[in-house]
Amino acid sequence: MVDALFEFLLRQGDNALVLGHRMSEWCGVAPALEEDIALANTALDLIGQTQLWLGYAAEVEDAGRSANDLAFRREVYDFKNLLMLEVPNEDFGRTLMRQFLFDAFQVPWLTALQASSDQRVADIAAKSLKEALCHLDRSQETVVALGDGTQESNARMKDALDFLWPYVGEMFADDAVDQAIAEAGVAPLPSTLREAHRATVKAAFRAAALTLPEGDFAHKGGRTGFRHTEHLGHMLATMQILQRSYPGATW
Amino acid sequence: MVAAEALTEAQIWAWLEDVPDPEIPVISVVDLGVVRGVAIDGDTAKITITPTYSGCPAMAIIALDIETALAKRGVEKLEIATKIAPAWTTDWLSDKGRARLEGYGIAPPRPAGGPERCPHCRSADVERVSQFGSTPCKAQWRCRSCLEPFDYFKCI
Repeated sequence: MVDALFEFLLRQGDNALVLGHRMSEWCGVAPALEEDIALANTALDLIGQTQLWLGYAAEVEDAGRSANDLAFRREVYDFKNLLMLEVPNEDFGRTLMRQFLFDAFQVPWLTALQASSDQRVADIAAKSLKEALCHLDRSQETVVALGDGTQESNARMKDALDFLWPYVGEMFADDAVDQAIAEAGVAPLPSTLREAHRATVKAAFRAAALTLPEGDFAHKGGRTGFRHTEHLGHMLATMQILQRSYPGATW
Repeated sequence: MVAAEALTEAQIWAWLEDVPDPEIPVISVVDLGVVRGVAIDGDTAKITITPTYSGCPAMAIIALDIETALAKRGVEKLEIATKIAPAWTTDWLSDKGRARLEGYGIAPPRPAGGPERCPHCRSADVERVSQFGSTPCKAQWRCRSCLEPFDYFKCI
C-alpha cells in the first residue's frame, strides 16, 4: 500500500508540476498583459499544489528525499504525469484548451478526494480545489470566447481540440495502482469520472461552436511512466538545469 | 525584554496585529486570517500559519516577519508551523481588514463573487477586466463611472 500511495502522490504532484511549468513558459510573452498575469498565477497555484503533493510523497517514501529532490532530480521515466500536460504549449488556444480539459477533470477529482480515507490527501484536495474552481471558470470562459469568436480563433480552437482529444482518455485509464488506491478508499477509480468530464466539456463546446471529436483512442504511458513523449525530456532539461549542474545547490 | 513567564497568548496576538502582510501592507497578518493559532508552551511561543493560496510566495516572508517582530519584543523561543487544513477562506478576513482594504483601493471580497462598489468613487457600476490580478488572491476590475481600474480581493 505504501508503494501504491507513493505512486498515486507522484501522479498528482507530477501533473501539477508539469502543467505548472508549461504555464509558466507564458510568463512575459502572453498575448495581453491580463492573460500573462492570469497564466502566471495559474502556474503559481499549480506549483504550490506540487509542493503539497510531492512533500507528502517524500514523507511516504521515507527515503530521505524532499519535494525538491523529487521535482528536480528525477529522470524523465520516473515522472508520472499525463502525456497531455507535457506536450508543448504551441499557441494560446491550445494552452487554454488543455487547461480546460484538465480543469474539467480536476474539479470533480479533487471534490471526490476531499472524502479520502487518507486525511492528508483530503486536506491537500480541499486546498487545491478552491484554486481549481477558479482555473475552470477562466479556462471554460476563454475556450467559449475563442471558440465562438472569429473564424481564425474558432479554427485554432478546433485544431487544438483535435490535437488534444486523443490524450484525454489517459485521465480515465485505471491501472493496478488505481485499483489498490480505490480499495483503500484513498481515491475513486478515475474511470468513474468520465461521464462528469464529458458532460462539462460537451456543454462548453456547444457554447464554443466546437464539436466533441469522435473516437476514444487514447495515447497512454505518462501516468504509468511507461512511455513519455519526446517533449518531456526537453522540458526537464530546462526546468532541472540548476540542480543538474549544481546538485544540492540551495538559495 | 519580556520575561518568558510573562508571555501570554493575548500579548502575542496583539503584537502580531502590528505585523503587516508583505503584499498588502495596509492589513496585518492577523486581519488577513493567516495566523491560525497562538499557544504558549513553557517558554516557547508556538504560532500556526496557513497560506492563502497553496503557491503563495509570501509564506516564507510572513514567517520571517513574525519571527523578526517577536524577537524585537523579546520573544526568544519561537516555533512557527504551517498547516493547510482547514483551507484558508476570505471569511477569515477581519472587518477591520475589509475596511482597510477598501480604503487602500482594493475592493473587499463578497460571496456574490464581485465587488459591491468602486473603492475610489463608490459607484456600483463596475466591470471585470480579468479573473486574475497582481497576486493570486486578487482580480482586476474597472469602474465605469470614474474609469479607474482597481483590484478586487477574490472570495474563496
